[in-house]
Amino acid sequence: MSAFSNLLAKIRAINARYHEPRIEMSGAVRLSLLVLRVYLLALVALMIYKFVLIVTQG
Amino acid sequence: MNLFAKLYYPLRKAWKAIGLYLVIAGPGLVVMVADNDAGGITTYAATGAKYGYHLIWFLLLLIPVAYYVQEMTVRLGAITKRGHAEAIFDGFGAFWGWFSLLDLMIVDWLTLVTEFVGMTAALAIFGVPPWITVIAVILLMAVIVLNGRYWTFEKLALLFCALNLVYIPGAFLVHPSVRDVVHQGLIPNLAGGFNGQLFFFLMANIGTTIAPWMLFFQQSAVVDKGMLEKDIPWGRFDTLLGSFITVLVAVFIVIVTGTVLQGIDIDDAAQAAHELMKTDRYVGTFLAIGLFDAGLLGAICISLASSWAFGEIFGWAHSLNTKIRQAPWFYATYFLLLVTAGLVVLIPKAPLVLITLFVQVIAVTLLPAALVFLILLLNDRATMGERRNTLPQNLIGGFIVVSIIILSTLYGFSVLFPNLFR
Repeated sequence: MSAFSNLLAKIRAINARYHEPRIEMSGAVRLSLLVLRVYLLALVALMIYKFVLIVTQG
Repeated sequence: MNLFAKLYYPLRKAWKAIGLYLVIAGPGLVVMVADNDAGGITTYAATGAKYGYHLIWFLLLLIPVAYYVQEMTVRLGAITKRGHAEAIFDGFGAFWGWFSLLDLMIVDWLTLVTEFVGMTAALAIFGVPPWITVIAVILLMAVIVLNGRYWTFEKLALLFCALNLVYIPGAFLVHPSVRDVVHQGLIPNLAGGFNGQLFFFLMANIGTTIAPWMLFFQQSAVVDKGMLEKDIPWGRFDTLLGSFITVLVAVFIVIVTGTVLQGIDIDDAAQAAHELMKTDRYVGTFLAIGLFDAGLLGAICISLASSWAFGEIFGWAHSLNTKIRQAPWFYATYFLLLVTAGLVVLIPKAPLVLITLFVQVIAVTLLPAALVFLILLLNDRATMGERRNTLPQNLIGGFIVVSIIILSTLYGFSVLFPNLFR
């Protein structure tokens, strides 16, 4: 139990340490990250679609 | 005497340069040769069997592709002294950091399973049962990493890289027609015209050339080796040499299967070795040894890429220059990945084919992100200073990255929906 709470505390510390992105958020960087988010969301949606197809079609 | 005097100093200078390179050599060469892992060998063997020598020119195009991407990790590692995972956490915050770290862990673990599949299949050709292979591999890898010195690990890894060259004498044993190799292989052509199946093979070859773990491995290895800014030119040369050797090995595999197995559908490299055994025992043996070596080298590097990444983020000691008592979590992560992946192969009726396909799909979710982060970090003036990407580097690197993203995504689609391009 204490190992689990230690791990959670460590993760919280990591989140706090890297809370703010250090790289300068220029327009190009923001746009790249936005496109990346959209790309990954589309990919996840496609995988879910494929999973549903496999489940429904056997 | 005069000639000797004239030659002495240039030769001594060249010998010194080779000596210096042998000290610096390592991360680029190891990562590139390890890129020819069990999955890579299968792809090249299948390409040769399907298209003969016709796609050799395309493989040669992959030399600069691999070089440009991996060279960026050398600069980033040498300047920031941080691995790729830590650089992403630091540069883009915790959300993208966790995404990359967890994705890397999943991809690496699944890829490790495929390496074990390759190694057990290779040694099964010689009658070795899978459980003996798994235990022997884990023990061998323990010996390689537990000596407490990065230098020793690297030189042992380079020894296994040298074994990867076994395909070259293998190709000479099958007596390919040099004329056909040159005419069909070196002049760009699309065998049988452009169609869905050819496109699938082109994408598969690109997919095996750049894998997400390679970015993480090389940057962490550069840091662990202690490379400095002044070592970047040697790191570049090391990476270029590695890119050349990895493609050279791929070309020779294509020549072997293109000469002997043309027209046969190859599903995995072990099958290719079996088929080759029927025609030439020695060539089949070479292919099986090469497949085992490829799986081993891939497994060493992939496990290290994950353990380095976790060590960087969780703040554990994470260097091969440390003993197991000094870095218990680093080595625990390494062996946990290794042992669990090895055990999966031993489970009767484990869905290994599904796992192999799943690797390619999951890799597509990490590779574009890792490449985009790489380009953005290399353009960060505050971090990279004078070593940041120049405009030509951005144009070439950007073009390569966008092309890889598009093609690897389409490859992922084709794995999800097999009839899409056929």
